[in-house]
Amino acid sequence: MAAALALWAGAVAAAPPERVVSINLCTDQLAMMLAAPGQLLSVSHISHDPNVSVMLDTALGYPVNHGQAEEVFRLQPDLVLAGEFTSAYTVGLLRRLGVEVAVLPVVTKLEGIPGNLRAVGALLGREAEAEAQAAKFTATLERLRRHGSTAPRAALHYANNYTSGEHSLAHEILTAAGFRNIAAEAGLAGGGTLAMERLVMLMPDLVISGQAYPGASRSEEVLRHPAMEALRDRHAAGALSDAEWICGTPAVLGAVARLVDLHDAADTP
Amino acid sequence: MTRLLLPILSLLVAGLFAASLLIGPAGLSPVDSLAALIRGDRLAETLVMREIRLPRALLAVLVGAALGLAGAAMQGYLRNPLAEPGLIGVSGSAALGAVLALQTGFAGAYLFALPLSALAGAVVAVLLILMLAGARGGSITLILAGIAVSALAGALTSLVLNLSPNPFAASEIVFWMMGSLVDRSMDHVLLAAPFIALGALVLLTQARALDALTLGEDAAASMGVHLARLRLLLVLGVASMVGAATAVAGAIGFVGLVVPHVLRPLVGARPSALLPASAIGGAALVLMADIAVRLILPERDLKLGVLTALVGAPLFLHLIYKTRAQGL
Repeated sequence: MAAALALWAGAVAAAPPERVVSINLCTDQLAMMLAAPGQLLSVSHISHDPNVSVMLDTALGYPVNHGQAEEVFRLQPDLVLAGEFTSAYTVGLLRRLGVEVAVLPVVTKLEGIPGNLRAVGALLGREAEAEAQAAKFTATLERLRRHGSTAPRAALHYANNYTSGEHSLAHEILTAAGFRNIAAEAGLAGGGTLAMERLVMLMPDLVISGQAYPGASRSEEVLRHPAMEALRDRHAAGALSDAEWICGTPAVLGAVARLVDLHDAADTP
Repeated sequence: MTRLLLPILSLLVAGLFAASLLIGPAGLSPVDSLAALIRGDRLAETLVMREIRLPRALLAVLVGAALGLAGAAMQGYLRNPLAEPGLIGVSGSAALGAVLALQTGFAGAYLFALPLSALAGAVVAVLLILMLAGARGGSITLILAGIAVSALAGALTSLVLNLSPNPFAASEIVFWMMGSLVDRSMDHVLLAAPFIALGALVLLTQARALDALTLGEDAAASMGVHLARLRLLLVLGVASMVGAATAVAGAIGFVGLVVPHVLRPLVGARPSALLPASAIGGAALVLMADIAVRLILPERDLKLGVLTALVGAPLFLHLIYKTRAQGL
């Protein structure tokens, strides 16, 4: 992280970039929040997908790119914002073509989000805006945070029995809202699968299911499995949209707020 | 031996069924598991036993019986030991029917839309195979026709899943081509059971006619076998069983090849003895494969077809070699 920041510092020394292109869903969000009018030329096509984009309305105001070096280069950007999971080939090719590419690391801690805001702010020459957003984020998170002595045990359950363990943003979101994460109890360090049998045996107080996407898939059938339905009938349950959980950006506050509502509802019988 | 075979096979299936109920990643003790299954006293254990493990074990029996019986029946009718639902594209076409129903939303239109669509896919494949290879076609024609039907069905299944708006659909191509029983529910048992039972009934009633057919079509006709009727019932019986099995478990290959091959020397060449034995043997084989995937990679969804192919493909090659040696 420190090394990455140092790398950006070098890039920022010059005048602020005027033609910025973002090719990653998460950098899209940060760029749209912070960029000066006219500074951001294009966002990734994923930001136009209502299933995963939290800032859909804003994103619809920007032309999309598909993250391919050729189309990005044609926009003649002086800065490209990419994510850690952006194809290394694309990043390498753009750099060889002389385009400045900043690769933003994936954030697995809520504390890392203000840092990300400041980093993108520095890259765009919008330090003041970034500082304001970072302060707002920290204040809102502190206001939402639940510490209650009774921490209900929650299970995150996504397609293919995927769940998130201790070192993940989803775990931090759960904990901030005052829940304990059963995947961490089961010993999962990061993201991974937890067999449905094991999840049922852990008897969570709350099941938080991933959203269902259009079309059909066997992977998502586990979300409606009778055993999971039985767990949901027993206690509170929520189906949460994935969009707010994906990116280490202030969008996660939406997820925290929704979970806090579930927590408060569970507390008042 | 023949008289003892069915009870022995049934005992084997009963033992494997119990093992299937007792083995799983939750690591419950056998006593707790059975108590929860029967009495339903503790919520978590009961959910695991009744909603997760029981449907899985029941489906392994149903799917295995369907594939074993369908294989033996096709081999009896075509008088060719290589005729297996997976190899000749019947399972693949059933998977295509199921995938089309799921992705177009037709599967949700009414209760049995999914297995019926898979059945329709299987009917098309069986008819194509009979048309291309027929009772008089040799092994080579049968296998070539099977390759063509399988390849087309597989390609179309991939196409449909790649076109799906669902982000998970394309990664499920391997499920439809290899089969799995992970996290199935009682709903799937209820969808498949009626069609598999009906298909079994139809095929078992044709056992005598298939016996007569071993003497040749003319001899069978002179013995009072109505050949057109036999063909129709065979197509419907095989399609019904393979279609329903594939709709809930994906295409699991080689079961219908391995099981009749192993049992044929024990029961003699008579289809009437081979059909019921193959049904029970198929159930045993799929139960074994499904237990093995849980023991080998308990946290991952290893596909059943991988294991059945590891056993079946070498046997298939051996059979081809033998067929070639006989100059067919």
